[in-house]
Amino acid sequence: MNGMSLIVKKVTQLMSGLIFMYGLYIITHGHLTPGGGFAGGAIVAGAFILLILAFGSKVISLRTEKSQTSITESLALLIVIILAGAGLFFGSYVFFNNYLPEGEVGELISAGVIPLYNIFVGMEVSAALLTIFLGLVIYKEEVAS
Amino acid sequence: MELTPALYIIVPLLGAFLIPVIGHFVKGFQKVLTVLITLFLVVYNIWFFVTGFDAPVVTKVGGWEAVNDVPIAIYLVYDGLSAFILLTICLIAFLSAFYAVGYIKRFTAENNFYALLCLMIAGMNGVVLSGDIFNIYVFLEIAVIASYALVAFGTEKQELEASFKYQVLGGIASILILFAVALLYWQTQTLNLADISVILQEGTQTTALIFTEVLLIVGFGLKAAMIPFHAWLPDAHSSAPSPISAMLSGVLIKAVGIYALLRLFFNIFVITYEVSLVITILGALSMVVGVLLAIGQWDLKRLLAYHSISQMGYVIIGVGIGMLIIQRDGNMTIAALAIAGGLFHMINHALFKGLLFLDAGAIEFMAGTRNLRNLGGLARYMPVTSSTSLGASMAISGIPPFNGFFSKLLIIIAAVRGEFYLLAALAVFVNFVTLGSFMKFMRYAFYNSDKSKAKLKTDRLPFTMKFSMITMVILCVLMSLMIIPYFREIMLTPAVDVLVNTSEYATKLIGL
Repeated sequence: MNGMSLIVKKVTQLMSGLIFMYGLYIITHGHLTPGGGFAGGAIVAGAFILLILAFGSKVISLRTEKSQTSITESLALLIVIILAGAGLFFGSYVFFNNYLPEGEVGELISAGVIPLYNIFVGMEVSAALLTIFLGLVIYKEEVAS
Repeated sequence: MELTPALYIIVPLLGAFLIPVIGHFVKGFQKVLTVLITLFLVVYNIWFFVTGFDAPVVTKVGGWEAVNDVPIAIYLVYDGLSAFILLTICLIAFLSAFYAVGYIKRFTAENNFYALLCLMIAGMNGVVLSGDIFNIYVFLEIAVIASYALVAFGTEKQELEASFKYQVLGGIASILILFAVALLYWQTQTLNLADISVILQEGTQTTALIFTEVLLIVGFGLKAAMIPFHAWLPDAHSSAPSPISAMLSGVLIKAVGIYALLRLFFNIFVITYEVSLVITILGALSMVVGVLLAIGQWDLKRLLAYHSISQMGYVIIGVGIGMLIIQRDGNMTIAALAIAGGLFHMINHALFKGLLFLDAGAIEFMAGTRNLRNLGGLARYMPVTSSTSLGASMAISGIPPFNGFFSKLLIIIAAVRGEFYLLAALAVFVNFVTLGSFMKFMRYAFYNSDKSKAKLKTDRLPFTMKFSMITMVILCVLMSLMIIPYFREIMLTPAVDVLVNTSEYATKLIGL
């Protein structure tokens, strides 16, 4: 898959950073505003997918990239499970316990563990969507060649 | 040590996500971890059977307490029925995983195999433990999506086709179940099973409720492969790698199909004559048609897959007779006997059908083919496989002292005492046909004229495969002990009590 024209490349370069930042905003404000880990993760993955589409799949080595995204995905899920399972050891022996101080409603650092879940779910969703996209690209390259 | 039902879900999930990370760098990690996880689950389960527990044990995920007796947390409920089915799942999972260590070498991507296996176990454990109808749906999707990928694991044309068929039919079933969950939520304004049960026991039988019940029967019937909904099963079960066939046939159709039906129709809905009749008729149909379809099969694993449909029919008529008797306020001891027979046959079927699929895998491993016409005389080269197959064939055809005899006997006695003479006669007839079908299997695979000597791929089976097969055949004999009251009290009776005392599930849970 070759890259697109210079105009597209330049615009994508300008836009993808903004899209990435917006994704991070949605993830980190998941407990305050609509959205959260899943929606934000999809936006973050969108920023990367846009770059790959504009610059073509030849500039990256697809297989290394895919194994890295799939490891990131598993790691993020692992951390979510460990965070949830840690509830069994802190305090009241409850799965998915909210064991961090809850803070004040409306502040960015509040709601205990929930922002952490959001961050790692965002990481996992973006890595998973990117893995799926890279898998499709690899399939297409193999069929075409 | 306090019992935490959540561990049944946390531990396999942890394994499923550790394997792709660490297994990427450390060779052999995935096998050791999967075997250890499943072994831990078996030991954990047996530990609580032996020491005893106050049923039901409830975990409220997130620690949210009930408000005015209305449950708001996601409940994980570990009662007699869950414990019984969890034991079946974990036992078969352990033996399949141990068998896979030797078997799966010829495939690439071992990491993915073991990660998906762990994910499937986590999903099934979740379905069995969940006390919340929406989470039953969520865990069911985890289990079946992992199984779609595992069926297609060989990535040959036939396997991909089977997986596609399975995905289409499984997707239809999932949509129907989700629709039924939505309808139930609309009618009762709650998703907690105990809460729904309380509301439904007080209310009347509306048309919308009957529609919901029909959707649930069709949805879970598709997952359990009852006869009009069985089209995906022979393809999927025969295409999957053998340890996965053993898992699919041994536990997946029970955990996500039969268990969900039992839990919903005994403990949640009010049992009506129509529903119990439909379930019993579907069971009888599966039992008879499944075995008739199996006669003509020459593909070994396809033959076993059709027998799965037929044997699940026995389980369903067992519980169906129980439902019919409970519904007309008949003799509760006969109802308990019928349900005990059904549940007992469920664990027995998991053992002997799992074993038969593992044997089929061993035959394929050595001879390279599953077609019975090209096999023959294998008994001389594979003594372990042929003797364990003989044991499993006798168990499935109901020959004493193997476990299949006792469970079928319980079902037939209950059918006669409950005056369902036709069902009893059909059960006996199907048993004879099953016996004939397995005589064919034994003869063509192991005792016929020696056709396969030149074609053998290897002359030794790995130790792990032999170990699993021998353990399973020993368990097939040992399960007969469940007929002795002492063992029955420990394992079977708590599970039967949950189903017979239909409203107890809700009353025990609602005050917590």
